[in-house]
Amino acid sequence: MPNPSEVKQKNKSNRLKYIMEFISEKLFLICALISVLSLFLIIGFVFFKGSNPFIADGYSFIDFIFGSDWIPSEDKYGIFPMIVASIYATIGALVIGVPIGLLTAIFLSEIAPKPIAKIISPAVQLLAGIPSVLYGVFGLAIIVPFLQNNLGLVKGQSLIAVILVLAIMMLPTIVTVAETAIRAVPKTYREGSLALGASPIGTIFKVVVPAAKSGIMAAIVLGLGRAIGETMAVILVAGNSLIIPTSITDSVRPLTTNIALEMGYAYGTHQEMLFATGIVLFSFILILNFVLAKISSKGGK
Amino acid sequence: MLKLRKWKSILLLMSLTLILTACNGGEEDEGQASSGNGSTISISGSTSVGPLAEKLAAKYMESANVNIEINQIGSSAGITNAINGVSDIGMSSRSLESGEEEEVSPTIIAFDGIVVVTHANNKVKDLTMDEVKKIFTGEITNWKEVGGKDMEIVVVSREDGSGSRDAFQEIVDYSSGELVRNSIIASGNGNIKTTVATNEHAIGFISFEYIDETISTVHINGVEPTAKNVIEGKYPLSRPFLFVHKDLSEESQAFIDFILSEAGQEIAAEAGAIPITEE
Amino acid sequence: MRKFKDNLLLGLLWFGAFLTVAILLIIVGYIFYKGIGLINLEFIFGDYSPVGGGGIWPMIITTIYTIVISLVIATPIGILAAVYLQEYAKQGRLVRMIRFATESLTGIPSIIYGLFGAVFFVTTLAMGMSIISASLTLTIIVLPVIIRTTEEALKTVPASYREGSLALGSTKLQTLYKVILPSAMPGILSGIILSMGRIIGESAAIFLTAGTVAAMPEGIFSSARTLTVHSYLVTQESGDIELAAAIGIVLIVMILALNFAATFISKKLNKADY
Repeated sequence: MPNPSEVKQKNKSNRLKYIMEFISEKLFLICALISVLSLFLIIGFVFFKGSNPFIADGYSFIDFIFGSDWIPSEDKYGIFPMIVASIYATIGALVIGVPIGLLTAIFLSEIAPKPIAKIISPAVQLLAGIPSVLYGVFGLAIIVPFLQNNLGLVKGQSLIAVILVLAIMMLPTIVTVAETAIRAVPKTYREGSLALGASPIGTIFKVVVPAAKSGIMAAIVLGLGRAIGETMAVILVAGNSLIIPTSITDSVRPLTTNIALEMGYAYGTHQEMLFATGIVLFSFILILNFVLAKISSKGGK
Repeated sequence: MLKLRKWKSILLLMSLTLILTACNGGEEDEGQASSGNGSTISISGSTSVGPLAEKLAAKYMESANVNIEINQIGSSAGITNAINGVSDIGMSSRSLESGEEEEVSPTIIAFDGIVVVTHANNKVKDLTMDEVKKIFTGEITNWKEVGGKDMEIVVVSREDGSGSRDAFQEIVDYSSGELVRNSIIASGNGNIKTTVATNEHAIGFISFEYIDETISTVHINGVEPTAKNVIEGKYPLSRPFLFVHKDLSEESQAFIDFILSEAGQEIAAEAGAIPITEE
Repeated sequence: MRKFKDNLLLGLLWFGAFLTVAILLIIVGYIFYKGIGLINLEFIFGDYSPVGGGGIWPMIITTIYTIVISLVIATPIGILAAVYLQEYAKQGRLVRMIRFATESLTGIPSIIYGLFGAVFFVTTLAMGMSIISASLTLTIIVLPVIIRTTEEALKTVPASYREGSLALGSTKLQTLYKVILPSAMPGILSGIILSMGRIIGESAAIFLTAGTVAAMPEGIFSSARTLTVHSYLVTQESGDIELAAAIGIVLIVMILALNFAATFISKKLNKADY
């Protein structure tokens, strides 16, 4: 039988514990909400600036989206060529970057002998840290002249150059995150599949990879984010021409490039229209995230 | 348990860093407050004017007891900063718009020439103003039409709103809407130079300061692009470099006086800009 | 047939990995080849000179400032946010909203962060073009990266750890500090490394918030130029690929050093864990 004072002591320390639990949970919640707050601030700010020309100055939003002339000094703001360029560049980079990235991630986590994986994994992480500007420098110094000389183009700055640079740039992000996800698949999955007579390769593609699906999707989203977010490297290799691309050898101007290229010099309506370009880019990304979220939740079932 | 200790030490380290940086920040704040009395001049704006301003500031700071901060963020941003008071002086390579003229006043610190450039191997060394216009508006699309090899012309221009582009278009006399659509748009003088230097098809325009042996310069109407020809009024492609400002502090005024002095203008000439001549 | 398919897939895996490694080697090799000629002590520790031929020491210091300040702010917030999402939150509308917010933040192009920072921190909060404005902007940029990777790392902690700890009478908080976070540590560290990469690599956002003053910063309220912004300006304005590559070498060496440090720490922690 414990004496009463001891019980009291215990209750007190228990209460303290509960208070601590309560406070820490709220603290964690606040931290989690900071990202929501930042997002609202950014959205609010960008939308406020970007919607002004359409609300206050009577510009047509339809003309803005579907217009093919972007001549700020003549008061013409149409971003259709840039929307097309952004979509092409993103799809192209995905088509090249995702398969290579995933194959590398699977290789590193499942196939590679340990010593090899131990060298390559950190090396790939290093690739993620290389500043985008250097990819641009590399693209301008190597990829652009290569395309120019070997494909017989009059200019190497082109959609294909953008796609290559973006694909290279999203690789490390995809590899690193996907590798973590695949490594996290419990050993029992593999053992079970192998015990049932599946081949090691079959196990990887039919059991391990599907089990890591949500992580792999995260990898792709993060990789896409990096590719879409990069601007400086693209400026150097895109050519930034204001035409709707009809082939991968045309020079193009994606949405991000348009903002970065002209922001320094823009003022008034021109500047607000660049914010409006930001809104379009932003919606583009939200839709993308939404679609990918849908895919991964369906895959989960 | 050992584990937890490690964790704690990491947290400790981080908070220490935070405190240190915070302290450091505080000190510096004081430092800035005292220098706010006038010993710091903040300048921001055009990337064309920037390199020249940096050289002038470096020379000036050797003798005068001031600190000059120069931010190269583009003409419009610089003018906006001068209007808002974020910077003491804004640098611009374009003339002021009507809304801006009422807010700040410009001082011409030097002139700059714009030169039409091509790849080093290009044999076309002379173009008329009309040919330049036709090339940039897409009427002439092959080098053989102006006496060169039979190959396509790739036009390289600055972005819409760039001070250099505004000046170039105004003098050559075509509008942004007329610029050939598939022209490459480069975001700086250096970018144009690299693009042109690596592409035999290319033609572009850059500031005099950036001329070197990697590119070939083109004479306009038979006149060589030199500072002398600009001063004598023979070479047409030139524009002023501006410092824009509200009421100047003593220190800023002294810096501008230095730039406009003989010594300052000499530095400008060395940097490749064109000194102001008394006329 | 099945054997053939297996071999084909295996071949593809080798090919994919080979390609990735080859690209890394080519890019790093090219940068070293182009820039190594400029690297010497004078270049790294020398003061910047606008006339040319100067060093990059002020840019190195500025870069270190931005990394330290933004990580000191973003790391605790990011980790705690991830802990909330993974360990505390009931999967409801609030969590969905937070997740959506973090994911969306990831996708925002850095130039938009730059615009936001330039008006919010620089003008509205009157911090001016400064290292602190840039660091706060960078904090928002790396926050989702840290949250995301920490969440993934927390997911890899087996449920049995939590159950075991709770069954022994630990509170949730004790379980968190003593069991979950330590075992998720390597994953969290890799997130922090990714963030450092992002901070070092950022140019557009810093360009608009820290400015481009090429001088030794007097403190976190001065305007300054990071290494990456410097290499950007060098490429843009003077087209000097060799100088840009030399700065690239310094950046890569910095990242390499960070990676080694992080791996070392995570190994130490792991050893302590078992």
